Amino acid sequence: MTSDLARATGPASAHVAHPAWSALPGGARLSPPAARRLLLFACFLVTAVSLTPIVMMVLVAFQSDTESMSARPSFWPSHWHTENIGRAFDLVPLGRYLLNTVFFAGGTTLLETVTAALAAYAFARLRFRGRSALFGIYLATLMVPTQVTLIPQFILVAKAHGVDTWPGMILPHAFTALGVFLLRQFFLGIPRDYEEAARLDGANRWQAFTRVIVPLALPAIATLAVFKFIGQWNNLLWPLVVSNSDATRTVAVGLQVFQDTNGTQWNLLLMAATITTVPLIVLFFLTQRWFVRGITMSGLGGR
Amino acid sequence: MALEAHSAARGAIPRTAKPPPHPGRWQRWKRSEAFAAWLFLLPSLVGFLVFTAGPVLAAAVISLLDWNLFSPPSFAGLGNFARLGSDPTFWTALGNTAYFTFVSVPLTLLVSLGTALLLNHGLRRMAIFRSLLLLPYATITVAVAFVWIWLYIPHDGLVNSVLGLVGIHGPAWLVSEGWAMPALILMSVWKSFGFGMVIFLAGLAAIPQQLYEAARVDGATPWQSFRKVTLPLLSPSVFFTVVTSVIGSFQVFDQALIMTDGGPGARTTTLVMYIYQTGFENYDQGYAAAQSLVLFAFVAVITGLQFLAQRRLVHYDV
Repeated sequence: MTSDLARATGPASAHVAHPAWSALPGGARLSPPAARRLLLFACFLVTAVSLTPIVMMVLVAFQSDTESMSARPSFWPSHWHTENIGRAFDLVPLGRYLLNTVFFAGGTTLLETVTAALAAYAFARLRFRGRSALFGIYLATLMVPTQVTLIPQFILVAKAHGVDTWPGMILPHAFTALGVFLLRQFFLGIPRDYEEAARLDGANRWQAFTRVIVPLALPAIATLAVFKFIGQWNNLLWPLVVSNSDATRTVAVGLQVFQDTNGTQWNLLLMAATITTVPLIVLFFLTQRWFVRGITMSGLGGR
Repeated sequence: MALEAHSAARGAIPRTAKPPPHPGRWQRWKRSEAFAAWLFLLPSLVGFLVFTAGPVLAAAVISLLDWNLFSPPSFAGLGNFARLGSDPTFWTALGNTAYFTFVSVPLTLLVSLGTALLLNHGLRRMAIFRSLLLLPYATITVAVAFVWIWLYIPHDGLVNSVLGLVGIHGPAWLVSEGWAMPALILMSVWKSFGFGMVIFLAGLAAIPQQLYEAARVDGATPWQSFRKVTLPLLSPSVFFTVVTSVIGSFQVFDQALIMTDGGPGARTTTLVMYIYQTGFENYDQGYAAAQSLVLFAFVAVITGLQFLAQRRLVHYDV
């Protein structure tokens, strides 16, 4: 009793960081442990609801054919059909599609981060005539929807016999103004003194860039890379337009093929969907610290 | 003579190599900051010109052509734009896209803000919840679109089963004229709220705690401190989220293609889907380019309006 009272009035109440929630709307105060329990419960509830589709995807993926297609779908598989993994790989060349997606997303990400970092350095640190005008043009294209460039890009790639080839897939999506913009913002925040000290020690501009700027900006570069990789792994429109065989088809397009050839065999379709999603989720969990920090650092989060 | 030949030979070398007005200028240019800058810019600039700036200009040219990719193009003037006026599918697609945007953006904003406020408590376990709530954002749209088809199965799908528990007879979601678009919107909000949540969490973390303490000392209710402290200081994050999600929803394509293929009728045909059909199913490149430019104009106008509103509603200083 007394300890509850002490907690409610004492320094422990500081644990509930957001005062708006330490009291109920009517002004009635909850003791912190009760408030915290209510909060945790709400968090559990929201998380459970938002994860339901993902959990269902995995559960149905392991159901038997009859189970997943019965008129009354059951949710928990009565038996875990792990052989569905192999069956999904047999029905369409899913392994090939995954490899293709790694090429496509990896290739665009690599090219984008390298070229954007170089250009961002020039925009952030080097003086040259026309710098602000050129940067303005870069910025203006940020607002152009990808669909505007879709048709000319496709015609360009088709004329260069690039349809269904890796250069045709990767190059048009490997240079965006967004990457240059994000990295420039970050480079501007790195104190000039660091670089000047290196220059005084005899480093040329290239060395100052690779030995000073890039190591300091690694979190931002990694953030850009993660954003880009997730975005391109997800990209459906461009591969749909420019790839027309298994040689370059990515999983996003491949899943569509899967649906066409297999109708609604839900367990295998959702198994293929699960297999397609897993690498992205693993990557995301490994990198989400950077991701969140990058958003905070790039100034997107606040003032 | 020998002297002449000698001097001519000496002069020949710089003359063929385009001599600089005075010696050493090329050497100095090579060592200059501007030269280094252009070298650093070169890879990005070439890619940018060929694959972004060039195509934007090309889109304007192509929109004036009649071109099916296979036979030589012919000049159509503004004919493609004139066609838009009498094309009911285009206006339906535009209306559908506007419907999608004006419902999904506020909803996403509310869910993002709600979850961010819920997680903003400095409790240790919150990092786990944050990661889990970001999962929908990290999944591949095409894959989860299939899950949502399954969830929306009319009679015994999960969504209608849950509704049945509270006595509601759910609609045949994706094949229902009135409910197909709300179904797409619900899925899209689920898919994308995590991104806004992270932005808001970063914004909330930047608000000084003393402001809340001051508000409490002044006797502010939680609602008042939310209205007067949290919202104004969070407005830059709100602005960023609104601008990016409006641009994103004007481009909605993946989930509509997979879940409804634009149907029933043309109830969920979005602008991008119509551009895709025109350009790559009917091979009418000029008309598709004209449509994409109109889409661009809409995005530009709406983004411009948001920047105007920003001056009055967004506070960048404490």
